[in-house]
Amino acid sequence: MRTIRYILQKEFIQVFRNKTMLPMIFVLPLVQMLILVFAATYDLRNVDLYLVNQDQSATSRELVGKFEASPFFRIYDASFDLKDAESSFKKEEAEFVMIIPPGFERDLVREDEAKVELLINAIDGNKASLIYSYTLGILSRYNKEVIAEWKSLPEFNPPHRIEVKDSYWFNPELDYKWYMAPGILAILVTIIGMFLSGMNLVREKEIGTIEQLNVTPIKKYQFILGKLLPFLVIALFDLAFGLIIARLVFDLPIVGSLPLLFGFAALYLVGVLGLGLFISTVTETQQQVMFITFFFMMIFILMGGIFTPVESMPEWAQWLDRINPIYYFMRIMRMVVLKGSGFFDLWEEFASLTVIGTVFLGLAIWRYRKTAS
Amino acid sequence: MIKVESISKSYQATKALNRISFEVTQGELFGLIGPDGAGKTSLMRILMTLLVPDEGKASMSGLDVVRDYKQIRQLVGYMPGRFSLYQDLSVEENLEFFATVFGITIAENYELIKDIYVQIEPFKKRLAGKLSGGMKQKLALSCALIHKPEILVLDEPTTGVDAVSRKEFWEMLKKLQQQGITILVSTPYMDEASLCDRVALMQKGEVMEIDSPARIVENYTRTLLAARSDNMNRLIQDVRNWDEVESAYAFGQFIHVTPKRNEMEAVELEKFLMTQKHEKLQVNEISPGIEDVFMALMKEKE
Repeated sequence: MRTIRYILQKEFIQVFRNKTMLPMIFVLPLVQMLILVFAATYDLRNVDLYLVNQDQSATSRELVGKFEASPFFRIYDASFDLKDAESSFKKEEAEFVMIIPPGFERDLVREDEAKVELLINAIDGNKASLIYSYTLGILSRYNKEVIAEWKSLPEFNPPHRIEVKDSYWFNPELDYKWYMAPGILAILVTIIGMFLSGMNLVREKEIGTIEQLNVTPIKKYQFILGKLLPFLVIALFDLAFGLIIARLVFDLPIVGSLPLLFGFAALYLVGVLGLGLFISTVTETQQQVMFITFFFMMIFILMGGIFTPVESMPEWAQWLDRINPIYYFMRIMRMVVLKGSGFFDLWEEFASLTVIGTVFLGLAIWRYRKTAS
Repeated sequence: MIKVESISKSYQATKALNRISFEVTQGELFGLIGPDGAGKTSLMRILMTLLVPDEGKASMSGLDVVRDYKQIRQLVGYMPGRFSLYQDLSVEENLEFFATVFGITIAENYELIKDIYVQIEPFKKRLAGKLSGGMKQKLALSCALIHKPEILVLDEPTTGVDAVSRKEFWEMLKKLQQQGITILVSTPYMDEASLCDRVALMQKGEVMEIDSPARIVENYTRTLLAARSDNMNRLIQDVRNWDEVESAYAFGQFIHVTPKRNEMEAVELEKFLMTQKHEKLQVNEISPGIEDVFMALMKEKE
C-alpha cells in the first residue's frame, strides 16, 4: 500500500512539474468547449437565398415575406431571370435558389395547387437536407395558412384532418450546443486518458528509467496502477471542469445524476487508459505512441456517434461499434446529461464498458514486461 | 557469489555473448574489461534478470537468474550505463522513491550510503537532471545501494566522468567492498582494470583471460619497446613496415612496439629508425601494462 501511495505521489509530482502538462489540463477543456462546441454546430442560420419570383402576385410576395422573416434565410439577391440565379449559384454566392413560376397565384386559386422550384447546393449533404427541411417547414406552414384563410367557410372544412404536432423531447429547442457539448466532453476525456497515460509510460522507456525500475521488486500491477490512477483523476477533473463551462456558457441542463456520470466516466477511463498503456508497452518511443494512439482515436471518435448518428451507419459498422468504448460513453454522456437516464437504463453500456476495460487493462498488465526477451 | 556457466546470447544474427563462464567470489571486486560491443552490458543485463539468456546458466548468491529473478531483484543493486533516475525529481525524491519501492526507508540503511550521500546532500532539493556528471553518478550509486544489496552491479559507471570523479568513484567502490559487498563492474578503461581484484578481458562476446591484473601482466612474457621521435606519424608507419616488428600501437606520447624476436633490444630498433632519418629519437625497453596485454590478446584472437 505504501508503495502504491508513493508511486502515485511520484507521478503527481512529475505531472505538475511538467511545464506543458498543467496548461494542457486547463486550456484543453476551455478551448474544446468554447470553440469546438460552437464550430461543430448543425444549427442553420442566414443561408443565402437567391429569389426568382416570376409571379409577382400578392400571394407570392406573401410567401417571400415568410422567408424574409425566417432567421434561417437571408435574401441574397432577386431577379426575374433564371440565368442570373444560376450564375450566382455556380459562383457559390447563393446557396439556395427558389423559383416561383409565373401563374403561381392563379394556379393556387384555380387548381388548388401550385409549384415552387428549389435548387440547393448539395456539396455539403447535411446542410442541403437541412435547408430542404426548413424550406419545407415554411412552405407547409404557409400552405396551412392559405387553406385556413381561403377555405374558412364551414362547408370546405375537411371533417377529418390529421394534424401533426411535433415536440422535441430532452432538447426541446433543438439546441445543437446541448447535443454537442456532452460529445465534445467525451472526446476531451478520451484525449486526456489515452494520450497522457501512454506517453508517460513510454517516456520511462525513452529516458531509461524503466531499466532502473525493472530491477526493483515493484509489482506489475503497482506499476500499471501508478500510471493509470493519476490520469484517471486528471481526466475526471477535466470532465468536471468542462461540465461547469457548459453549464455556465451554454446553460446545459444536467438532468441526470452526477455521481452516476462520474462513475461511468471512471469505468470508461479504465478501458481507455488501459488501451493507452497497452500501446505504450508494445512501442519504444513517444512518436510511435502518438501515431498508434491517434489512429485508434480517429476511428473511435468518428465511429462513436459524435457527429453522425450510429443508426445511419452500415450494419457492419454498427457491429464494430460494439467494441468501441467511445460509442458507449457517448451514449452515456448524452443520456445521463440530457435525458436523466439512471443506472438501469444503462446496464448494457455498463456491462460492455466493464468487459472492454477488463480486456484492455488486462492486456496492458500482461504485456508490460519487466524482462526483455 | 556470482556464477556464470557458458552463457550465450544472440541478437538476430549477431552473437553478443558466446559461451561465457566465470565466477566471482564473496566480497570480490571483479571487473569486466573490454571495448564497446564486447558484450559487457548484455552480460550484466542477464545477471540483473533484465534479459533472458539463450543458453547457459547463471546464478547470483545461489539464485538462478531466470527462475528466481524476483528474489534476485531484492538483493542486488544495479547501476545501468545510462543515467536512469528521474531527471524531473529532486535528489531527495529519487532516493526516497527507490527506498520505498524496495519497501524500506532511507533511515534504515543510511549508514551504508552515508559517505557517498553526504557529498550530494547539500543539493538534495535540486532536480537530478540539473546535477553534474559526477554528482549524478553518486546519486545513482546511492539509489542502487539504498536497499543494502549483497551484490552491486555497475555498468560502465565512470564513462563520461572526469578524471577526479573517476578516482573518487573507485575509492568509494573500495570502501563498499570493505563492507562485504561483492562488486561486478564493467569499464572500457584499461587503467581501471588494475584497481580490480580480478578482471575478465572481453572481446566480441568472448572472455579472453580471467585473472588478477598483476597476474595477467606477469604471464605476459613478450618484450616491449617504447619509442618516440619528432615525427610520430612517420615513425609509426616506419615501425610497422619493418619486418622485425610484430605490432605497434600509439600509447600516449610513445609508440609501443612488440618485436617478433623476444631478444631484440632497444638499440636495434633505434639503429633501424636512425637509418630512416628520424630525429630526437628515444627508444627504451619497458614492462608491459594491462593495456598492452589486452592489445596483444586481441591481435592473437584475430
